[in-house]
Amino acid sequence: MKEFMQNIVLDRLSSEDRITPLHAEYVAPAINRGEILRYAGIPASVLREKNAEGFDDSYLRALSEKCAKCGKGCNLSTAFEEAERTGIPNHCTEKIDDNASEEEKALESMLDEAIKMVSDKLTYRVSYCCSKLEFDADGYPILPFEQHSEDLKKNLTGCCAAIIFAATIGSGIDMLIRRYERTSPAKGLIFQGMGAERVEALCDHFNAEVNAAAQAAGLKTHPRYSPGYGDMPITVQAPLLELLDAQRRLGITLNASYLMSPSKSVTAIIGISK
Amino acid sequence: MNLREYMKDNFLFLDGGMGTLLQEAGLQPGELPERWNVSHADVIVNIQKDYYDAGSNIVLANTFGANSLKFDDEELKLLIDSAIANARKAQELSTGTQEKYVALDIGPLGRLLKPYGDYEFEDAVEAYAKTVKLGVAAGADLIFIETMNDSYDTKAALLAAKENSDLPVFVSNAYGSDGKLMTGASPAAMVAMLEGMHADAIGANCSLGPDQLIGVMEEYLEYASVPVLIKPNAGLPRSENGKTVFDVYPPEFAASIKSLMEKGVRIAGGCCGTTPEYIKAVKEASVDITPVPVTDKGKSLVSSYTHVVEFGKSPILIGERINPTGKKRFQQALRENDVDYILNEGLKQADAGVQVLDVNVGLPEINEPEMLERVAKELQAVTDLPLQLDTSDPIAMEAGLRCYNGKAMVNSVNGKEEVMEAVFPLVAKYGGFVVALTLDEGGIPDTAEQRVAIAEKILAKAAEYGIAKKDIIFDPLAMTISADTTAALATMQAVHDIRFGLGVNTSLGISNVSFGLPQRMLITSTFFALCLEQGLSAAIMNPYSTEMMSVYYTFRALHNLDPNCTDFITYAQGLPKMVPAGSEAAAAGNSAGAGTVGATASATPATGTSGASVSPLQNAIIRGLKEQAANITKELLQTVEPLDIVQSDVIPALDIVGKDFEAKKVYLPQLLMAAEASKEAFEEIKKKMAAAGNGGPTRCSFVIATVHGDIHDIGKNIVKLILENYGFDVHDLGKDVPEQDVVDEVVRIHAPLVGLSALMTTTVPAMENTIKLLREQAPWAKVTVGGAVLTQEYADKIGADSYCKDAMETVRYAEEIEKSLG
Repeated sequence: MKEFMQNIVLDRLSSEDRITPLHAEYVAPAINRGEILRYAGIPASVLREKNAEGFDDSYLRALSEKCAKCGKGCNLSTAFEEAERTGIPNHCTEKIDDNASEEEKALESMLDEAIKMVSDKLTYRVSYCCSKLEFDADGYPILPFEQHSEDLKKNLTGCCAAIIFAATIGSGIDMLIRRYERTSPAKGLIFQGMGAERVEALCDHFNAEVNAAAQAAGLKTHPRYSPGYGDMPITVQAPLLELLDAQRRLGITLNASYLMSPSKSVTAIIGISK
Repeated sequence: MNLREYMKDNFLFLDGGMGTLLQEAGLQPGELPERWNVSHADVIVNIQKDYYDAGSNIVLANTFGANSLKFDDEELKLLIDSAIANARKAQELSTGTQEKYVALDIGPLGRLLKPYGDYEFEDAVEAYAKTVKLGVAAGADLIFIETMNDSYDTKAALLAAKENSDLPVFVSNAYGSDGKLMTGASPAAMVAMLEGMHADAIGANCSLGPDQLIGVMEEYLEYASVPVLIKPNAGLPRSENGKTVFDVYPPEFAASIKSLMEKGVRIAGGCCGTTPEYIKAVKEASVDITPVPVTDKGKSLVSSYTHVVEFGKSPILIGERINPTGKKRFQQALRENDVDYILNEGLKQADAGVQVLDVNVGLPEINEPEMLERVAKELQAVTDLPLQLDTSDPIAMEAGLRCYNGKAMVNSVNGKEEVMEAVFPLVAKYGGFVVALTLDEGGIPDTAEQRVAIAEKILAKAAEYGIAKKDIIFDPLAMTISADTTAALATMQAVHDIRFGLGVNTSLGISNVSFGLPQRMLITSTFFALCLEQGLSAAIMNPYSTEMMSVYYTFRALHNLDPNCTDFITYAQGLPKMVPAGSEAAAAGNSAGAGTVGATASATPATGTSGASVSPLQNAIIRGLKEQAANITKELLQTVEPLDIVQSDVIPALDIVGKDFEAKKVYLPQLLMAAEASKEAFEEIKKKMAAAGNGGPTRCSFVIATVHGDIHDIGKNIVKLILENYGFDVHDLGKDVPEQDVVDEVVRIHAPLVGLSALMTTTVPAMENTIKLLREQAPWAKVTVGGAVLTQEYADKIGADSYCKDAMETVRYAEEIEKSLG
């Protein structure tokens, strides 16, 4: 990626760049519980309210009391960082629950259980290629696949290159969703939310890497853009996945309605400008 | 020389990458490489000649993606004919003196099969069959199925190959860095399934370099009794000076392959990034090593789509609860097509700790083949436990075995000629681990010796069908001691003699032994322990029985089958506290009441929007506490009429949650949790009513479906659940439902209400068509629509009677219509 950014700066991009897609595999990005619940249908505003209540002075005092009691001399900020990284409250942070109602606790514990269950069932894989970007006479970007999207044109205007990628967290989550949507729809919903949060976190992580490489080379990145946004049709998925050899490398296939399987997969284009 | 003969004593060398070389020769992204068989035949022939010259015994014709999903019939035939002809020409032009073969190459169709995708298994078999037939007609020497990353897809391809040719079939899967297929199968699981279906060689290709595949290969070599193959990538691709390069070079690659061959791999080549140079290096590196003989590993395996269960080591528990015999509630579920009930029974047993699920859905008035296929498929969508298909109908058995994703247990055959002749061919074709009962035309013999004699007869007959004794498990039949007190002794003797005399696994339906006696569990669990000591490999049993589970965990701990007693300790800690002997009655009383006491004591009663306090059952439902809801309902049913509980507790509680949901005081997850809790309460009520001989409480019927072309059913499932909670008789047709299917069901049951769901704008026309057809053929039905893209305006435009934005609105609408019907 670094090399690619250098080539952009030096105007040395070659069409070879797009032939074989590259592969990246990551460890699990940090879990954001609020995002999972938001995807499961609890509006962010409600969660913010709760958090605001949760972290007032008396609450923090209560926390330190508890930690004094446990006798381990815990550092609260470390405990919170740990909880945020793993997505599971530890003995210091779980005090939050003491003020929660019984049904909130049930939801929280369902979330804990879900996080534990998926931990060894997900993979974080990305297939990507770097492409030089030119525009046709009408100003549409010329990509390795055909499309005439006004919105994509707008997004990529001024770019000289793009990173095209597909990301997936694998089919393990689909199996869990499938299992629970029949037998415990509430859990099924939590896994849905979790899958959405996980694959977005993976995309964010990858995007951050692209941003960092671009920034180091003095380049700018545009917000990532996916088929299905605005007027860019999802039929573009077929050539895009083909380009990225996504079936072989990531196990992503399309169904008759152009939806991806594993369902928690994302494709996108990140424009790069000087 | 015949390939099957040649590979017995020799290494086989495969070819290397094709796609990467074609790209170098100018193949453009998006261009289908199979078309080059005609347009650039010379390029293909040259590459393949280079592989033969480098020493390849087998070159894959350029047919990886040649299937009817990508090409029409005419072009498909042309491309496959040309591809085989090209490879044949390369073979003739090559100066290599080794044995040379041409393989028909088959890659995945590129569509994921149901349940995770939308493609039918049988459609996949048909598509692969087309390619196989054309390849056979064009004169291929073998069929090479490769780069398969889903076990079900692999089965479809292998089945098509076996049903349409007698050629040798090699099967190669693509594993991820976690050592599993994309859909979760371990190498051992693939070995079990593919060997059962008689693949000639099996192994792995693509995705990784040779060193990353060492773990996968070791697992293959441990389990496989057929030759193992490897065809890895030249490492991983990376970008260098704007060009893509792979990071493992020929000498390194060859050294890695050589060490795998020393461990027992018999067939080797390369995949992406490898060239004739790599094959030459591999061939040279292996000159001085001799092939490790392929031996029968003698493992008794069953598998699911993720893992194997091995018999003959630690005892295996087979859950017996999916069986309608003597269970009114289960029979009712079968008659009503209530598959969810059956799935739950499976999942509960999985949680209780069984390793295999027995599946018996035979009832005189239902279509057993259809039901067994459906239940097997649906169970495999929610649990990864292997299944034991339990039916006496060979047609049902074939339906189940054919659709099963893995290698199933087959329950059962016996010594009767007729039965063996019906079942063994199915096992020979689809693979399977067969339960064989030691009875025959003369009935069940009294003595162990006679039962062993029948066992020997069965083994001989199985061998005629190519079924090895490792794939048989004998059930020497437990008979009740209340009729004959020597019965248990005979069974135990037979278990011992079959296991240690014949060297074959054994299984028993344990509980028969105590039939007709009081406190049956005492006899049953002790008998279980005694049989285990005689070498019993498996038991079909009730995993909800504490006594049986205790025997199982204790036996494993005592027999050094549970390292550090870890499983036993975990199990023991989950048990209720032991009570002093003699206080059994008191203990029973306690545990029955515990749920209710806990429910009322621990929870401060919830209050609804009205502020009025609520009953304990309402409280449990509102808070989404499933166990409490079930326990309190059980308690209430002792004194209150079932329908009164629905009216005075369940519905009011749902209303409170529903109103809070509408007022945005609770959100979707809580609404669903409450719905699940009330479902538990309903389940208890249904049980009671089924026992009393009538069905559950129902209101008017409601047909629900996600429309044709749309596979999003989260929203539809939520609406279904909530409607069921309110007592509506919901007929769920699933997702991607053709227009006429909806109409047919509405007409069949004369449903007054229909709910249609769509998520995508592209599928709204299908919704409009469904409504149009309903108006013509079922003018009485009221249609409500919902889903992400719909609005009131849209609903009006396509002619729906109503638009409901969520599940609660749908309930309100359904109630309104029901009222208007009177």
